[in-house]
Amino acid sequence: MDMEASKKKLGLKERYNHLTRGLGWETTYQPMEKVFPYTRYEGIKIHDWDKWEDPFRLTMDAYWKYQGEKEKKLYAIIDAFAQNNGHLGVSDARYINTLKLFIQGVSPLEYMAHRGFAHVGRQFDGVSARIACQMQSVDELRHAQTQMHTVSNYNKYYNGMHSWRHWHDRVWYLSVPKSFFDDAMSAGPFEFVVAISFAFEYVLTNLLFVPFMSGAAYNGDMATVTFGFSAQSDESRHMTLGLEIIKFILEQDPGNVPIVQRWLDKWFWRGYKVLTLVSMMMDYMLPKKVMSWKEAWEIYGEQNGGALFNDLARYGIRKPKGWEQASIEKDHLSHQAWSTFYNYGAAALFHTWTPTDGEKDWLSAKYPDTFDKLYRPRFEHWEQQAKEGKRFYNGTLPMLCTTCQIPMFFTEPTDPTKICYRESDYKGDKYHFCSDHCKDIFDYEPEKYVQSWLPVHQIYQGNCFNPGVDPTVPGFDPLRAVLDYYHTNFGRDNFDFEGSEDQKNFARWHGDDAGGA
Amino acid sequence: MHIDLKTVKIDPLRQTFANVADRIGSDKPASRYQEATLGLQPDANFHYRPTWDPAHELFDPARTAIGMKDWYAFKDPRQFYYANWTMTRARQQDAMESNFDFVESRGLAASLPEDLKSTALHLLLPLRHVAWGANMNNFSICAYGYGTAITAPSSFHAMDQLGIAQYLTRLGLLLAGPESLDIAKQAWLKLPEWQGLRSYIEDSFVLKDWFMLFTVQNFVLDGLLYPLVYDRIVDDHLAMRNGSAVAMLTAFMTEWYEETAKWVDAQIKTAAAESTANRDLLSEWTRTWRERAVSSLVPVVTGALGEQAQVASDEVLGQFNSRAAKLGLSV
Repeated sequence: MDMEASKKKLGLKERYNHLTRGLGWETTYQPMEKVFPYTRYEGIKIHDWDKWEDPFRLTMDAYWKYQGEKEKKLYAIIDAFAQNNGHLGVSDARYINTLKLFIQGVSPLEYMAHRGFAHVGRQFDGVSARIACQMQSVDELRHAQTQMHTVSNYNKYYNGMHSWRHWHDRVWYLSVPKSFFDDAMSAGPFEFVVAISFAFEYVLTNLLFVPFMSGAAYNGDMATVTFGFSAQSDESRHMTLGLEIIKFILEQDPGNVPIVQRWLDKWFWRGYKVLTLVSMMMDYMLPKKVMSWKEAWEIYGEQNGGALFNDLARYGIRKPKGWEQASIEKDHLSHQAWSTFYNYGAAALFHTWTPTDGEKDWLSAKYPDTFDKLYRPRFEHWEQQAKEGKRFYNGTLPMLCTTCQIPMFFTEPTDPTKICYRESDYKGDKYHFCSDHCKDIFDYEPEKYVQSWLPVHQIYQGNCFNPGVDPTVPGFDPLRAVLDYYHTNFGRDNFDFEGSEDQKNFARWHGDDAGGA
Repeated sequence: MHIDLKTVKIDPLRQTFANVADRIGSDKPASRYQEATLGLQPDANFHYRPTWDPAHELFDPARTAIGMKDWYAFKDPRQFYYANWTMTRARQQDAMESNFDFVESRGLAASLPEDLKSTALHLLLPLRHVAWGANMNNFSICAYGYGTAITAPSSFHAMDQLGIAQYLTRLGLLLAGPESLDIAKQAWLKLPEWQGLRSYIEDSFVLKDWFMLFTVQNFVLDGLLYPLVYDRIVDDHLAMRNGSAVAMLTAFMTEWYEETAKWVDAQIKTAAAESTANRDLLSEWTRTWRERAVSSLVPVVTGALGEQAQVASDEVLGQFNSRAAKLGLSV
């Protein structure tokens, strides 16, 4: 070997290639189709995995160094926050309910992303694609674990967080995020990355992660905002990966384009529906508002997303089908969602309330076309009822959309006074949907969606009571029995914020006598 | 002197999350490891069967023949969660960086005896592919395994193996340049002495039982390969012949094996202690794959050890057998 020649400095790219794709080989004792058995059945054709461009050339030594540094800083702040009772520094105890929504609905998805990326990080035929997914897999575990550690301190002092794990797998509104991720993970590896890396991480992260973290910053929650900043560089890596994945798949074969387009139609809509929960968080749950859902959708959806799909037009990709409808709904989404949770406040595991007068005025200003006309009167009516000691709790159960699993409260795109109902027949059964797009998703893959574990159906079928409970005894209270099955601390986790234990404790610990009831 | 700062004392309503308290009791605070691990994985009401494995749920204890009453009986003696794993590795990486700098700046690579360098390169460089195979297998364990207690550390283990593959690559680049990597890959693919090991690994890629895979990869193969290659050859044989530079460049592997073997042992021991059925399965898997591993490794280390290869592997095998017996296996 000519030592002098080989001593020449390797280019960064060449060096990186040796450290990554050089590690793989074509197997011969077992056929490649058996070693990587899942990458052929979805119809996506990859001719040359070497065309994969590594979006970030990160080797393990650098990964450990950067990530270790970030963790050291993050945990120093989490420790200080706990030691100084940082939770008493938040704007208003109502804020803490956004953290409940976060740990019940979002943190479990971080964990699922960890396992999902482990799966594709094992299964993709290309070495570089695998390594990128593997790094995302452990990043996502990081997010799930640091969120546990951040929220842990709140859980010690406030209700509505203690049984997040049990709830995520059972509670009616949490089947919305759960079914979203189960849907992606039960799909093939290519659909998974288009759904999660592209549609979710790239197109929608600014509408999910950012509102929660900015909300934390505006409302004095140092621990959560520090976590947010710390995760930011991971998230930007994940977004870059999302864009690389979509371009790679589209460039590999023209036959991939219609498949990807169908996935984008589906996953945009699935993701957007999950964001319903975020919209009400932004408009109703944050005591200090960052921006309205409508503004967020206009900036991150219409402007940024619009530009992205213009870029992708050269591949033959158009905007997802539900895009226009999302823009029509931006004036209604959060109001309809929060009204529904206010209704079902006895069965929700966070507190609900009617907006204050100042908040109502903010909503009027942000939603001049709809709030005063359609939604303010509802809240004023409920407020009046509550003042008379008749706080309204809906004791029935809502019908759920078979696809997105959200209660069917959305109105017709053309008529905000009429609930939108769609249905399909499949093998002798009728299935119900909240929208044309949810119906389309079902109709394309009915054999998948008939499997949905719909919480309300399950309750009516008697599958959501504790063992030994007898629904035939006189005076049986089904709602109470379901909440027991949920492991709810009845009267502490649920009901209105006004008069709640959280409200009283926060006021007392804060030394604020004007607070509690 | 003692100073006493006054702080607001408020009593917590609870110590930790229910999924953690269910396993450690509700009367004491949980450690970071416990809160990051216990009960973290969903285990009920999965909505759809995976299209890639319709016979199972997304997470399904039936993906292995091993049975456990509580999958969180698996504990990591290192108590690793993401933060302390990555901080530990960052510290080790700092040390490795100094080692690489030291070898490079003192020209130690050039002063290595030529035959010794050639022995090291022929032995170590194809092992980057072995480490890469271990990376894939540990991501299988993470993806298809059951319960965060064993799946999360498996993802760390997988990333560690990628790190090892990259340290070996850097060793090749430093001692001999990029062509050495191509030569080693050809050896891995073509030379007879590597084919036993390559077929072992490729056969492990298609195993469907993730706990069997854990046994085959982390316990049996690495349990024989690391002591043989890094203890016997690099730290012992080569170091005695003026080859300490090589040991400096593989210091991570020696230290890592010592640390991770404790984790691997804890998993095997816990599974074996659970039931006779588990113990029988683990013993059978170990016996079957152990024979294959040994007969694959002897030709690989013969280049370095010559006729001492058989003796050295017999010794390592003896140690492995007593390790297995201590964990409750009959081998």
